[in-house]
Amino acid sequence: MHSQEKNSGPEKDRIRLLLVDDEEGYVNVLSNRLEKRNFQVTKAFSGGDAIKAVRGEDFDVAILDLKMEDMDGIEVLKIFNQMGLEMKIIMLTGHGSQEAAREGIKLGAFDYLTKPCELHELIKKIHEAYAKRIETFNPEKK
Amino acid sequence: MNLDLSYLDSHQKESNDLMTKDKSTHYYTSLSRNMVLSAIIVSFTPMLLVIGILLHQFQASYHEKTYAHLNELVQKHKQNIDTFLNEKLANIRFLAMTKTFETLNDDEFLQKKLQFLRNDYGNVFVDLGIVDASGMQAAYAGPLELENANYADAEWFKTAWQKDTYISDVFLGLRGTPHFIVAVRQDEAGREFIIRATIDFMAFNSLVQNLRLGKTGYAFILNQEGKFQTQPAMDIPPDPDSFEFFWSAVEKTKNKILITRQTDESGVENLYGVGSLKNGQWLLIVKQQTADAFSDLRRMRTLALIIFILGAGGIIFMANYTTRRLVRRIRRADQEKEGMNQQIIETGKMASIGELAAGIAHEINNPVAIMVEEAGWIGDLLEEEEFSESDNLDEFKRALTQINTQGRRCKEITHKLLSFARKTDSTVKDVQLNDIIMEIVDLSSQMAKYNKVIIKTALQKTLPYITISPSEIQQVMLNLINNALDAMEKTGGTINISTKISEIEPEHIVIVVEDDGPGIPEANLPRLFDPFFTTKPVGKGTGLGLSICYGIINKMGGKIDVQSAVGKGTRFRIWIPFQK
Repeated sequence: MHSQEKNSGPEKDRIRLLLVDDEEGYVNVLSNRLEKRNFQVTKAFSGGDAIKAVRGEDFDVAILDLKMEDMDGIEVLKIFNQMGLEMKIIMLTGHGSQEAAREGIKLGAFDYLTKPCELHELIKKIHEAYAKRIETFNPEKK
Repeated sequence: MNLDLSYLDSHQKESNDLMTKDKSTHYYTSLSRNMVLSAIIVSFTPMLLVIGILLHQFQASYHEKTYAHLNELVQKHKQNIDTFLNEKLANIRFLAMTKTFETLNDDEFLQKKLQFLRNDYGNVFVDLGIVDASGMQAAYAGPLELENANYADAEWFKTAWQKDTYISDVFLGLRGTPHFIVAVRQDEAGREFIIRATIDFMAFNSLVQNLRLGKTGYAFILNQEGKFQTQPAMDIPPDPDSFEFFWSAVEKTKNKILITRQTDESGVENLYGVGSLKNGQWLLIVKQQTADAFSDLRRMRTLALIIFILGAGGIIFMANYTTRRLVRRIRRADQEKEGMNQQIIETGKMASIGELAAGIAHEINNPVAIMVEEAGWIGDLLEEEEFSESDNLDEFKRALTQINTQGRRCKEITHKLLSFARKTDSTVKDVQLNDIIMEIVDLSSQMAKYNKVIIKTALQKTLPYITISPSEIQQVMLNLINNALDAMEKTGGTINISTKISEIEPEHIVIVVEDDGPGIPEANLPRLFDPFFTTKPVGKGTGLGLSICYGIINKMGGKIDVQSAVGKGTRFRIWIPFQK
């Protein structure tokens, strides 16, 4: 894609994102927009895909929809926890189901956003999460 | 969606109400009629029985008493009179038995004897006389010049001559005044004579005349020809012929007293006590008007009738009064039940609409999100240089902004739907009251605009979080705002909503919802939080809104009150406690 050419920075500095949602259209368009903004995005269309993906590579931040057909977002979160991953998790919830999001935070998720969310809010949140991840796991880098 | 449903609802309800109202009015009328009837029958029956039995018993015993009294009276007087007559006869007979004709045939001796008798009995004895077989009065003592009077043709003499003793009927005789004669025939060795005495009529008459009974009761004596032997104490003497009946009746009953009721010629019913005198030659009759004799009974009957009428009136009044009250209560209870049923149906309907709305909102969220993001993506791509030359770049950008704006609008709509339709759950959380209030104000703003009502808020920014059920407090706020909107439907106005930390109640947040609508009449204020109290037309309000609010606030440990003045407006205040 030409966009990548234009916006690509050093591969090393790009934030690695995992986008998990069973709404394919949403995942696709969001990934396009995020990649254009110099994020490295991996798409997962179900909880199972997401778990497969994290087995294969490391991510800095995961964006996780809590309401999916095959597996509840909370379940996915629990499995991530068991795997002892370093990545930060931002949850997406429907309006009015903040209850689940709070439970997610208790389970160690970084924060949540109400879906549909503004892109700039999401990006802001991703940067916060990334900063936190750097701070937690690579304190010497700072 | 909501508006349409409620429109249909109220329409349907109205026609239903009309039908049920008509039917129920009939039902309650017949219910109260049946209740009144059974109450009256149940109360009347024993009352009638008791009064009837008592009256009957009283009447029977009163009759018995009256008859017995009359019987005794007649008996006593009969004896008195018989004794009187016999005594007089005995006196004369004594004279005849103890003295010879020679002795007796002497005016002076007779005069002396008369004097003795008068000394003993008063002026009962008028005179004494000796009459020989030829009817000549041989000797005489008395006030009249009757020496040598000839009684040969006198009726009494003829009868007396046939018998040993004789008491005559009352007659006028030679002297022309009513009197009667007591005579004894003596046979002295073949020489027969009669010794006779005249008995003073007035003295005899007084025996009977003094007998008075009630107002109309009096006594008299009749002989066999039906002639009065006493002076009857009444203005018009009754026709003696009508007493023939007594003669035959007394003969049958022998010596007993006859008590009977007869209607006399003037049409008045009388009570008669009849006894025979002088071995059946005379009749002693005591006559009293039945109405007089039984006047106590009549009084008793009148009294009973009055009691009955009063009792009946009382029963009918009470039956009507209590029934009316009871039926009114039943009716109210039925209405309340009806209202409750409607509320339950309403609640169920709202719940299903809520679920439906929530489902739709969720489903719409994702496509909308994708659309907005795709638009964003197009926007991203338009940033590329190759498009910067395009003539329509600005137009593209404008269109994308529009898609974005409309997408956001959809998002807001689904958010509102979700907040409203979420099932009312009473799970408590830490909430910021101001957020909830703003949510409700947003939700109501459309309706308010429609009613020309402005909702103003003055919310204290530093409110602490409180642990309550958000949906419950939402319900309370929605109720209060909707009530205010309804009240100002015609006039429009302003609703002021404010929150702050209470200065009166420590550790409480106070919410004030104030409108400048028509206000609530003072009479309605005490009942405002009562269930089913409503001033809205039938079918429009269930009267549960404020009572539910009251219940919710109470459960939270808070309180709610209302101040209102007609024409000025209404102010609800809610205090909710918080922990520091």
